[in-house]
Amino acid sequence: MKFFEFDTIREIFSTMRQSKLRTFLTGFSVAWGIFMLIVLLGSGKGLQNGVSSNFSNYAVNMVNVWPRRTNMPYKGFKAYRRLRFKDQDMEMLKNHFPQIDKASGIISLYGSTVSYGKEYGNYGINGVMPDYKDIRMLSIEAGNGRFINNIDMSEERKVVVINQRVADNLFRGEEPLGKYVQIGGIAFMVVGLETKTSNDENGYCYIPHSTAQTIYNRRGYTDEFYFTVTGMDSPEANEAFTLALRKTLARSLIVHPDDTAAIGVWNMAENYVQTMRIFSTIQLFVFIIGLCTLVAGIVGVGNIMVITVKERTREFGIKKAIGASPSNILNSILIESVIITGIFGYVGMVLGIGTLELLNLIMENATGTGGDGPKVFLNPSVDLNIVLVATGILIASGLLAGYFPARKAVNIKPVEAMRAE
Amino acid sequence: MRQLPVEGQLPFYLSKSIGGMILLEKLNKTYPGVQPLHVLKDIDLSISQGEYVAIMGASGSGKSTLLNVLGILDDYDTGRYLLDGKLIAGLSEKKAAIYRNKMIGFVFQSFNLISFKNAMENVALPLFYKGVARKKRNQLALEYLEKVGLRDWWHHYPNELSGGQKQRIAIARALISQPRIILADEPTGALDSRTTDEVIQLLSQVNAEGITTIVVTHERSVAEQTKRIIHLKDGYIESDNINIPSLTACSK
Repeated sequence: MKFFEFDTIREIFSTMRQSKLRTFLTGFSVAWGIFMLIVLLGSGKGLQNGVSSNFSNYAVNMVNVWPRRTNMPYKGFKAYRRLRFKDQDMEMLKNHFPQIDKASGIISLYGSTVSYGKEYGNYGINGVMPDYKDIRMLSIEAGNGRFINNIDMSEERKVVVINQRVADNLFRGEEPLGKYVQIGGIAFMVVGLETKTSNDENGYCYIPHSTAQTIYNRRGYTDEFYFTVTGMDSPEANEAFTLALRKTLARSLIVHPDDTAAIGVWNMAENYVQTMRIFSTIQLFVFIIGLCTLVAGIVGVGNIMVITVKERTREFGIKKAIGASPSNILNSILIESVIITGIFGYVGMVLGIGTLELLNLIMENATGTGGDGPKVFLNPSVDLNIVLVATGILIASGLLAGYFPARKAVNIKPVEAMRAE
Repeated sequence: MRQLPVEGQLPFYLSKSIGGMILLEKLNKTYPGVQPLHVLKDIDLSISQGEYVAIMGASGSGKSTLLNVLGILDDYDTGRYLLDGKLIAGLSEKKAAIYRNKMIGFVFQSFNLISFKNAMENVALPLFYKGVARKKRNQLALEYLEKVGLRDWWHHYPNELSGGQKQRIAIARALISQPRIILADEPTGALDSRTTDEVIQLLSQVNAEGITTIVVTHERSVAEQTKRIIHLKDGYIESDNINIPSLTACSK
């Protein structure tokens, strides 16, 4: 059985040329189905990427804790007492909660004057611990030095990691590593250049936490805690963790258990998991809509194949009379169906991906200067597997849609077939 | 009720007709329906290799049905049909297609050319189903077009051709697979008298090459050109005669 001979293909293309409108209509419904599926799924993905990119300044499992004022009198303490975190509080939390992975205290000063030679500027100074780099997902590329390390901490070294903005403003293209900058009149050696936040308007300097405690008169204290947590995948688990964290800290700081406003907790994971849940729901909806569009395409293909076969009953009759076997005719219909759905499915796929790229470009330009503000749309993309499966479904449905009417037409006696008009 | 052919009217070669090209024995065919139509009634018929036969009859006499049965385009209910010694009964579509392709060439009243193929491609089509390579097919098709005098028209599409030309192309198409039998169903039904002559001439020429030729017609002038005339009436063979004048006409 010569199913896929070149001559057969040539024969099929000649019949396709003969009925351009039909070929186009069949192809269009296929292309449209695939196109819509890709655009919908891609947009959903783009939306998700866009929103989750807003989380990317932080590790998604980050927890930030900071002290505030008490609002209730408790155990002899008056209300409105300003709370402060001690170094031991962090150690206590780390021991108490096995979920805590990386941890860092932070001492922040906003708007300290930093100068190098004649250049100077006002930048945020952060006294941090080595883990801070991973918690905030800072990046120091190879050749750009290093982050604050444990020796810096224990020796209270006067070293500083500056970000790109600071380097640009103070060093003007000069190599900053190994140079000394003045922070509040004290010389710090630049040991690292951080480039993650290069787009950020703000300049930041990171110095050892211990050094900051000494210089800024906070020995034994810290302004805030940052840590990452592991092993909690549901919003419920995260909520429970946050609650337990508050309770433990409240006990340690002697705060009324109901005074929740006294301790600030920002659990990124809680937020992140929730947002991602919303998005998986949106994705599901989009997928269902796409699938429905695909079904419409399939029905379109089926419809047109039924009409096609009916229209060509006479032609089939003639061909049978002059020696075509039923399988000759059946094969030619099926191959035609597969070729049309295949080619137009591909066209729809290419158009769909093109549209997504265009959409991405437009959205990128619309959000302005490359990404300070919150993004809503980023890198729309579609899983290639989904596209392939969808094309497969379409081709299979084209086959089925062609097969049943074709079988019927093929089994009509040639005499009857030739009588049909 | 069947009218047996009178002794002496039978062609001599019919006496031992088992080895004939076509043999029908008590063949019956009924079209089902609310009022079933018994179109072929106990047909006995034998046609030998190389015969030139006309089947005549009024419309509804069953002549086209008979031709369809002979051409394996339609099946029958009871009786036997032997084609070149092979029993044709309950064939699968695939088998029927093979027999048709090998044995039989069709010529239809309405030509039945494929509208989106040019003359050459139409003629070559049976060879496509035989698996002949394209180049060879087209070359052969041109040869057969030459035979029917239309070689120069090979690139024309059916709607650019006259009825007579279309029918000649259909004949070329019937001949290209080198069939043993040509079955022509009212081949001149849609033609004027001049082109009718052309087509009949062509069929006579085909028969002269030794191909069994069976023409269904209701035109006496067409039947006169053949060598044997079978009359059908209400599903019976009314008469079956050697056509002497045409014999002499052809032999000159």
